[in-house]
Amino acid sequence: MSLREKAKQRLQATAMSMVQKAVALAPDAWVPGGDPDPLIHHRNGLIGAPIPRLDAPEKVTGTARFAAEVPLDGMLYAALVYSTIAKGRLVSLDTSAAEAAPGVALVMTHRNAPRLKPLPTFTSNLRSAAQDSLPVLQDDRIHWNGQPVALVLAETQDQADYAKSLLHPVYEPGHAITRFAEAKAAGLETGAMMGMRFKDEIGDAETVLAACPVTVDEVYSTPRHNHNALELHAVTVVWDGDDLTVHDATQKLAHTAWSLAHAFDLAELQVRVFSPYVGGGFGGKGLWQHQLLAAAAARLAGRPVRLVLSREGVYRIVGGRTLTEQRLAIGARPDGRFKALVHLGTVAMTPHNNMPEPLIMGTRGSYAARALRLEVQAARVDMIANTFMRGPGEAVGTFALESAVDELAVRLGMDPIELRLLNEPEKEPTSGLPFSLREVEKIFRDGAERFGWSRRSQTPGQRRQGEWLIGMGVARGTYPHNRMPGGAARLTVTRDGRATVEFAGQEMGMGTATVHAQVTAERLGLPMTHVIATVGDSTLPGRVMAVASAQTASFGAAIAATHKKLVKELIGLAGNDGPLAGLSPDQVGGLNAGLAKLDDPTRHESYASILSRAGQAELTVEATAPLPLETMHWSMHSHSAMFCEVRVNAVTGEIRVSRILGAFDCGRILNARTAASQFRGAIIMGIGLALMEETQFDERNGRIMNASLAEYHVPVHMDVPDIEVMWTDTPDPHAPMGAHGVGEIGITGTAAAIANAVFNATGKRIRDLPITLDKLL
Amino acid sequence: MTPFQYAGASDAADAVRRAEATGARYLGGGTNLVDLMRETIERPAALVDVTGFSREVIEQENSGLRIGAATRNTALAEHPLVRTRYPVLTRAIVAGATAQIRNMATVGGNLLQRTRCTYFYDDDGSRCNKRSPGQGCDALDGFNRGHAILGASKACVAVNPSDMCVALAALDAIIHLESPGGARRLPLTDLHRLPGERPDIETVLAPGELITAIELPALPISMRSGYRKVRDRASYAFALVSVAAALHIEDGHIEDVRLALGGVSHKPWRAWRAEEALRGQPASEAMFRRAADAELSEARPLKDNGFKIELARRTIVAILAQLAGEKR
Ligand SMILES: Cc1cc2nc3c(=O)[nH]c(=O)nc-3n(C[C@H](O)[C@H](O)[C@H](O)COP(=O)(O)OP(=O)(O)OC[C@H]3O[C@@H](n4cnc5c(N)ncnc54)[C@H](O)[C@@H]3O)c2cc1C
Repeated sequence: MSLREKAKQRLQATAMSMVQKAVALAPDAWVPGGDPDPLIHHRNGLIGAPIPRLDAPEKVTGTARFAAEVPLDGMLYAALVYSTIAKGRLVSLDTSAAEAAPGVALVMTHRNAPRLKPLPTFTSNLRSAAQDSLPVLQDDRIHWNGQPVALVLAETQDQADYAKSLLHPVYEPGHAITRFAEAKAAGLETGAMMGMRFKDEIGDAETVLAACPVTVDEVYSTPRHNHNALELHAVTVVWDGDDLTVHDATQKLAHTAWSLAHAFDLAELQVRVFSPYVGGGFGGKGLWQHQLLAAAAARLAGRPVRLVLSREGVYRIVGGRTLTEQRLAIGARPDGRFKALVHLGTVAMTPHNNMPEPLIMGTRGSYAARALRLEVQAARVDMIANTFMRGPGEAVGTFALESAVDELAVRLGMDPIELRLLNEPEKEPTSGLPFSLREVEKIFRDGAERFGWSRRSQTPGQRRQGEWLIGMGVARGTYPHNRMPGGAARLTVTRDGRATVEFAGQEMGMGTATVHAQVTAERLGLPMTHVIATVGDSTLPGRVMAVASAQTASFGAAIAATHKKLVKELIGLAGNDGPLAGLSPDQVGGLNAGLAKLDDPTRHESYASILSRAGQAELTVEATAPLPLETMHWSMHSHSAMFCEVRVNAVTGEIRVSRILGAFDCGRILNARTAASQFRGAIIMGIGLALMEETQFDERNGRIMNASLAEYHVPVHMDVPDIEVMWTDTPDPHAPMGAHGVGEIGITGTAAAIANAVFNATGKRIRDLPITLDKLL
Repeated sequence: MTPFQYAGASDAADAVRRAEATGARYLGGGTNLVDLMRETIERPAALVDVTGFSREVIEQENSGLRIGAATRNTALAEHPLVRTRYPVLTRAIVAGATAQIRNMATVGGNLLQRTRCTYFYDDDGSRCNKRSPGQGCDALDGFNRGHAILGASKACVAVNPSDMCVALAALDAIIHLESPGGARRLPLTDLHRLPGERPDIETVLAPGELITAIELPALPISMRSGYRKVRDRASYAFALVSVAAALHIEDGHIEDVRLALGGVSHKPWRAWRAEEALRGQPASEAMFRRAADAELSEARPLKDNGFKIELARRTIVAILAQLAGEKR
């Protein structure tokens, strides 16, 4: 990071903390969410209904068209050549054989690539989608092992792939820092990102810790992980003069448009990005080099281009979760009350990005302790820019925290659930903010009951069936309720009682469009069949990434604002001679395809009637969401209680998760089916995190060695047991729709629950993920 | 992928002739060869498809089996005579890959599938003596958790990934071959080589030699046989260690035994020493352990795979104990 960037970060952090203080102290009513969303009290029957995803038929029948499937006339196919050194220069690259190969249109290298403006990273600029600040094919310098150094365009994919195999780049290696130990020795810096500094010190935690009668003080570690969404990263692009159309697979739609415009020096509206379907994101579907390379190559060739990364390509140019080393210490009184909590993490990031895995986030609000010391420090390694991956921070941070709590429970001879509940804080310990919603005790009690927690033996190694040792574990997961700035939406009602809601949202398979159709229908008092939600086009209103489990809240708040405006305009149109005469927007709600007075539904007029009396075919309004200040006024978090049963083979060390139950405190659930699917999917990813996922980053040369799904293990069906999920369904009065995001909470806590169950089964405490069988022999 | 010629063969003679004329490689289900071609690790100029003939499993007069080289892995595993007479073979096959891959894969192709060492697979990014003889081996000091503990060399520490071959090694299988020079037979245990100085030469086959069949001798002991594969997830992973075993006990003594290991060496590892140590001895866990120790006495750990020695020991003992405990 340059000095300037550092100074900028520091300024941002200072400004942010001033705003935070002001918002924290403001009266509730001044803050969004101060007045609960009226939807919370709606009972038209759609909220929470397990409505199947509206795009399911298209996907099942294969008519949904993904970015890699958009056909364009005269299209060329691209293949990428990746560097095999981590740092240095490309000395020479003879392109003649490749250029002469059948079907080849051109070979693009830094010598002939169009000039592109560098991009700010998305963690430093709210409009950018870029993962790193490196130039894309602009010079001969290599920054990581796997960086694209050439692109081949040919008439078919096979021709491009073959021609690519004829390119043999010659490098002059420089000194790369690929060993974590060397990177740490070269210097650590305290993590800071988007105005947040990952350091909290309250009291003198180390001194308090040293004086505590009962302590746990251990080091936990987690490896690098790669993104492996089922859909490969793909982009199909076409230029029309200076207008660029991009069919992308992205969770950062509007940001991608802005970034491409910026790089090619165009006005933002000259770039239009479509991404109606995305085959999984998890933080990996952002702007990486391939979109820029495809657009540059299309410009050079004067023809449309499709670029689909191979699975290996995804490992080479799409970053993943970084590795972590975490010291976690808890000091407690003999009765179990925490006095000191220390969580110090060291992570790797790169010289060209800024993503210090915020692993202390979940620790901040979890337990009451007088003295706290939390910090993330980052070292710079020459590698592909690491990035966000489902539950960034919390997924790995809760592994350390919740393992340590379990260890402390063992030391105290206490039930780990009772120990957790004993240390429930009354307000957020680090910020002092009040909680907007917190039903931690309820999820632990209800979950324990349902799971049969009382059957667990507190002494490890007590249950055995043949060769299999059986154990139970529990852990708590946590994830913030986030809402992004930039939410906006457009809402249209027509005279025949139909509505369309449009926003630049991204549908990655979670059910975004379905849920917002549902919410809109509920607000309007229309049946689901009469509402269409349109997403996946950068020219629609709103600039919100689908990240941080925040998309539903971010667009949900915009739709609420839009709906409010629509109601106001409808009341205006209804005038003074109908049943709604004299009512204010706050007094009415949607009912039976029209508006009605909330406490007197007989005062009702249908949209059809209002619009026809006004002589209008339809009414369209657009509005933006207020700034998300509520998250600085309350401590807003989701929680989970994860229960798990494992079987460990006493002979071979093989581990099978035999049962999992997740109990969730996530506000109101908007769609029981899509929410359960998010919970389950994230828990499965948590099983992978616990037992098998590991990027083999060869520290000798910074090369990822298991760049394939045969060698990089994720859970297969047989690794996944029945997963039971349950939730409180208690609305958060301060969140739009009363709902929290549900995409990431499920992965948090899961790894610790499994590790704790392994301990209960075997008496062996594994502090280094993944828990592979060799660690249990 | 490098462009190549493709032709189908009508019978073994036709295949051998075509291969001799064009220098072609034989194509079975393609689940390994085509993958390697996509990675440009293999670049044959021509392929002769050998899946159109030799696809039957035939019972022999001596009540052994003759398995055509183009028999699909699934068909072989599901064959009633295999299931009843050679259960170890069925178990080994279904422990491998996925149903989809087994449906495509042929027996001949399975025998000659190549190692999954990630440095071997990393065509332009890593050094590998198997791909480029003399280049060096990046696995030696790299990620080698899955690599060999027996029979490895400084030049190569890769393992043979096949499950099926481990069972075949235990079952005294014979490979039938055909080439322009004529036909010959070979015990399966002699088919694969240890790496030595030339890990690029993986078998004793001559270029263009065609596998036509596998012969399984009648082997009563194999009725009581089993396969145990230990891996990093419940399915769809290569063996860290696997054991194929057959055991015949009379009056508490080991009359006869077959034992082979997978995931530990450059070839399917027939545990001759352990068998030797077991024959005629009382069937006890202590004896099983002593035999396992004898077999593993020459095992040498690498940086990441030392656990395999203990894992192999435990797995051998467990499967023998299980077979010893089974009712006849
Ligand atoms: C993701 C993945 C996971 C896998 N997991 C496992 C596993 O867990 N366990 C396991 O055992 N296997 C596993 N496999 C490997 C699988 O068993 C092999 O790919 C398969 O058996 C090869 O058979 P094939 O017919 O497709 O061979 P091909 O790919 O067609 O051929 C392989 C080789 O055999 C040669 N060949 C084929 N037929 C003949 C013949 N008749 N005569 C002479 N040479 C011949 C070919 O020239 C080539 O060199 C896995 C494969 C994949 C892709």
